Amino acid sequence: MEKTWEETRSVQKRSFLSKLMYSKKLAPYVFVSPFILSFLVLTLYPFISAINMSFQRVLPGQTEYIGLANYDRVFNPVFFTALQNTTVYVIWTVVILTLVPMVFAVFLNHRLIRFTNFFRASIFIPALTSVIVAGTIFRMIFGESDAAFANQVLQVFGMEPIEWRYSAGTAMFLMVALACWRWMGVNVLYYLAALQNVSHDLYEAADIDGANAWQKFRHVTFPAIKPIFIFLSTITTINGFRMFEESFVFFETTSPGNIGLTIVGYIYTEGIQRNDMGFGAAIGIVLLLIILVVSVIQLYLTGAFKKGEE
Amino acid sequence: MGEPARNTKEKLISVGLIVLFSLVSLTALFPVISLVVASFSPSTDLMRFGLTAELFFSGFVMENFQALFSAESGAYWRWYMNSLIISGILIVLSLFFSSMVGYALALYEFKGKRFIFLLVLLILMIPFEILMLPLYTLMINLRLVDSYFGVMLPLIVAPIAVFFFRQYCLGLPKELMESGRVDGCTEFGIFTRIMAPLMLPSFAAMAILQGLQSWNNFLWPLLVLRSNDMFTLPVGLATLLTPYGNNYEILFSGSVMAIIPIIVLFLFFQRFFIAGLTSGGVKG
Repeated sequence: MEKTWEETRSVQKRSFLSKLMYSKKLAPYVFVSPFILSFLVLTLYPFISAINMSFQRVLPGQTEYIGLANYDRVFNPVFFTALQNTTVYVIWTVVILTLVPMVFAVFLNHRLIRFTNFFRASIFIPALTSVIVAGTIFRMIFGESDAAFANQVLQVFGMEPIEWRYSAGTAMFLMVALACWRWMGVNVLYYLAALQNVSHDLYEAADIDGANAWQKFRHVTFPAIKPIFIFLSTITTINGFRMFEESFVFFETTSPGNIGLTIVGYIYTEGIQRNDMGFGAAIGIVLLLIILVVSVIQLYLTGAFKKGEE
Repeated sequence: MGEPARNTKEKLISVGLIVLFSLVSLTALFPVISLVVASFSPSTDLMRFGLTAELFFSGFVMENFQALFSAESGAYWRWYMNSLIISGILIVLSLFFSSMVGYALALYEFKGKRFIFLLVLLILMIPFEILMLPLYTLMINLRLVDSYFGVMLPLIVAPIAVFFFRQYCLGLPKELMESGRVDGCTEFGIFTRIMAPLMLPSFAAMAILQGLQSWNNFLWPLLVLRSNDMFTLPVGLATLLTPYGNNYEILFSGSVMAIIPIIVLFLFFQRFFIAGLTSGGVKG
């Protein structure tokens, strides 16, 4: 008797499983379940927890709600230094990493250029390095001594050698240069991919109409790569506000006069190093709001919200 | 591209472009070349003077690589192994889960599909740095601090990969799934035996993206990993960067060993590297 019961049970079990395996209706839910799970545990929960934390004083073993006290503390001179550094970094990287690759891609797409494959590959290689490895060698090239490579180049042009990591302007230059060096090739390839969609007939038609190079770029090339331009400027902005490693590799977490401090660096020093999680979380929420507002303004300005015009 | 020039003006343009891009390529490659040169230079000089022209053109010193392959640099190879293990497992797991999700989002009709896709896009928008403090607390509570799994967990279902796989699967023939059903395949079997083989190029691109990201990942491992034995390569190398260190030999030869394998892989699988690293721009 018992055995039969077990058998029926196993048949039932198998039939449920096989139903699951053969059901066109249920299968997609099984397939997306890892995503749902990871969304709940690794995004939604931490997100709510971050908001919650930002209203708390988090101490080991005891947490208490302290209302807006963390947010009151956020807007202090150190935060504004971090915000200023980050904003300057964002502006430089966005301008350089959207416009220069556009020019490079247009040139690389020119019918008269040769060795395209070699050029494409070599400008892409920096993207393969980690910020730590790349930053290490940048620190050697831009060393403090008069004999270091960058300083020697300056001296050739009759300029004074610079202690790159010790003044605000040059520190920013190092971080921006590192980021631009690493991402330039990737962005060029984004534009190049978009340029492949422009038919050569359009250029010939423009030629017949007597268009000059600028007019051809303005009316034929740019409309084709505009979506990538918007995409790259949005992504570069967001990544810029998230910057941490480019600063860490040059300054770790302390820089003279906080010239290398970024918002995420501030979250790290306050939240992790000083173990003030509530305060760190509050900085994070402020950062999220900043990113949100800037992205919306940017998408509005670039006309991503207006569809089908022009 | 690569058309022969028809007159002097075109010849000038052609030469001008080649000169311009030779300079650009040189700028791009210079730091990489410098790193290789640095790895063959006396490391104490490097740390004191930076990379000087003298070092650049002086002879080869093997001490950095000797140090790297000597018994004292066991820590470095430990980091190397950690990075290899973490990247390897992460590639397998994230490709498996992300492709399944992207596949379902592209080729099935089901309730909540649009909502789930919206969630994917939403997660793409939320910076990880905002979630990292609660995630770190979560790892402490789950006792995953200082473990491989703790480093991997937040990256296992990657929204960017889900997105990429979905876009790729939209172009696959749905009829093949029907014929699989007629042949008595399970839905999972249809995915693994019929459709997944068609997705191979996208698997290659995402393997490279995920592999590279986890190989170079820094901030999250820096938070989660505590003991020197568990460090990944970037975290370990960063500890050598201090002005008070005594392991500079390993810093330079170790950095070379960290990127050269990637560059070699790139030269062989260029197409997939490019597809992987430019996957964010796939049209929706």
